[in-house]
Amino acid sequence: MISQLFLYHFDPLNFNRNRFSQSNLYHMEKTYYNPKDLKKFGNVSDFQKELGDKFFDYYNTVFADSALSAKEKSLIALAVAHAVQCPYCIDAYTEESLEKGFSEEQMMEAVHVATAIRGGASLVHGVQMMNKVDKLSM
Amino acid sequence: MKSLIAQSHSLSDPDVQLDIINNHNEKIKSLARFEQKLDEIDLFPLKPTGIEIFQINVGYMCNMTCKHCHVDAGPDRKEIMTRETLELCLDALNHEQITTVDLTGGAPEMNPHFRWFVDEVSKLGKHIIVRSNLTILDTRKFEDLPQFMADRGVEITCSLPFYSKRRTDTQRGEGTYDKSMKVLKILNEIGYGKDENLQLNLVYNPVGAFLPPDQESLQEDYKERLWNDHGIVFNELYTITNLPISRYLNFLLMSDNLEEYMEKLITSFNPGAAQGVMCRNTISIGWDGTLYDCDFNQMLKMQTNHGSPDHIKDWDLERLNNREIMVNQHCFGCTAGAGSSCGGAVT
Ligand code: SF4
Ligand code: SF4
Repeated sequence: MISQLFLYHFDPLNFNRNRFSQSNLYHMEKTYYNPKDLKKFGNVSDFQKELGDKFFDYYNTVFADSALSAKEKSLIALAVAHAVQCPYCIDAYTEESLEKGFSEEQMMEAVHVATAIRGGASLVHGVQMMNKVDKLSM
Repeated sequence: MKSLIAQSHSLSDPDVQLDIINNHNEKIKSLARFEQKLDEIDLFPLKPTGIEIFQINVGYMCNMTCKHCHVDAGPDRKEIMTRETLELCLDALNHEQITTVDLTGGAPEMNPHFRWFVDEVSKLGKHIIVRSNLTILDTRKFEDLPQFMADRGVEITCSLPFYSKRRTDTQRGEGTYDKSMKVLKILNEIGYGKDENLQLNLVYNPVGAFLPPDQESLQEDYKERLWNDHGIVFNELYTITNLPISRYLNFLLMSDNLEEYMEKLITSFNPGAAQGVMCRNTISIGWDGTLYDCDFNQMLKMQTNHGSPDHIKDWDLERLNNREIMVNQHCFGCTAGAGSSCGGAVT
C-alpha cells in the first residue's frame, strides 16, 4: 500500500487553493515553521511540476510495502526525522507510527537509535583527533 | 471521574454534540457532508442489507469511566433495561433472520436480569456476544460469570485498547491493565480463546486522536506480546475507530484535535467501508426500548426514523429491514480507512 500519510498530506486533489488566497499571499508567516504548512507540501510542485511529481512519485514508492513493510519504514522515518530534526516529519511520522501500531517505548527507542548514531558519529571522530595528537606529539 | 451528564456538562446534550461536529468553526462547516459522500457512491439513502444482529444496550451503568467512552457510562448512570423491555426483546428476536444477540452497555453484566436473559436467549439457539470490559469480572459479585458464560457458549468480546500497560491505563484508569490480564488468564483457564466454541476476542481502539493500525498486523503484535508477557491467548483482534461523540468528543475539543481529526476521518473516507457499515445488518435497542440504527446513534438520541418503528413494542422486522438509516457527520468514523464496526475493520 502506498504511504497513506503523505498521500493524504499532499494529494493535489485535496489541496485547497484558498490556502494561498489573499491573506496568505500578502502576509508571510511570522514564524519559520507552521504546522499547517505540512499540508501544503504538495504545493511545491506548483513552481516545478515535473520534479515535484517525480519526487512524490518516488516518495510514495519508497514508503510502499516491499522488502521492508510500510510499518517498518514508518519507524525508520521517525528515527531519521529526529536525526535531520525536521519538525514536519516528526509531526507526520509520530502520528504515522501510532497508526502503524507502535508503542511509545518502541518509538522512543527509534529516537535513541538516531541519537546513538548522531552521537557516535561525533565521537568516532575523536579517533581522528587522537591520530592528530599522536602525530603532533613527541 | 464523573460522567458528563453527572457533571451537567454541555456535551452530555446530543444536540450540542451534533452542532459541534457540524458547525464548530468555519473549517468544520466547510467539510464534506456524510450524506453527500454516500450520494456520490449511490448509497444514499443508506438502507439495511437485513437485520442479523440484535445489539441490546442493557444499561449505561458501568464500574469504569473510560476517557473515550461514547456511552458516557459510569457508576453514576442509572439507566438500566427492565425485565419487561427484555421480554419484548425476546419476542422480537425470535425470528430466524436474527442470528446473533450482542449485549453491550455500560457493563452489560451489571443489569440485574443479565443471567436470566442470557439463559432465555441461549434457549432460542441464538449466538450471544457479551461486550465485557474485563475488570467487572474481577469483582466478587461477578467472578462466577466467566463459567456461567462458558456453559452457555457465549462469545466474549472485550476491550483492551493496547497491549501495553501505559496506554491501557491512560484511557481506562490506573490498574485496568493488570486486572484485565488477570481476567484474561481466568478466561483462558476455562477454555476461552482455546476451545473453538469459546470465542474470546479483543478490541483495540486508539488512545488518542489517530486512526487504528492495520487490524491483521496489530493482531500479530497483540498475540505475540500477550503470549510472551503473560501466556495469554485469544481469537481475534478487532480494531475500532473512535467516533467523535460524547467523552471522546470532549477529549478532541480539550486537546484541540477536533478539526484535524474530522478532516482526517473525512479525507480517509473509503467507499468499500461505507458498503459494509454495521448499521446495515444491525439494530440497536436502547435501555428504554427505543430503536436505533447503531449504538452511536443511540447516544446521539437519533432514533430510527423515516416512518419505521422506533420502539421495541412496535417491532416490525419487515419495515425495519426497509428503513432509511439516520446518518450524520459522526458516521465518518465508520468509513475511514479500513472502516470500523463492532466487529472491527470492515474491509
Ligand atoms: S468504554 Fe466501556 S468500560 Fe469504559 S466506561 Fe464506557 S462502557 Fe464502561
Ligand atoms: S455511526 Fe451508526 S449509522 Fe452512522 S455509519 Fe456508523 S453504524 Fe451507521
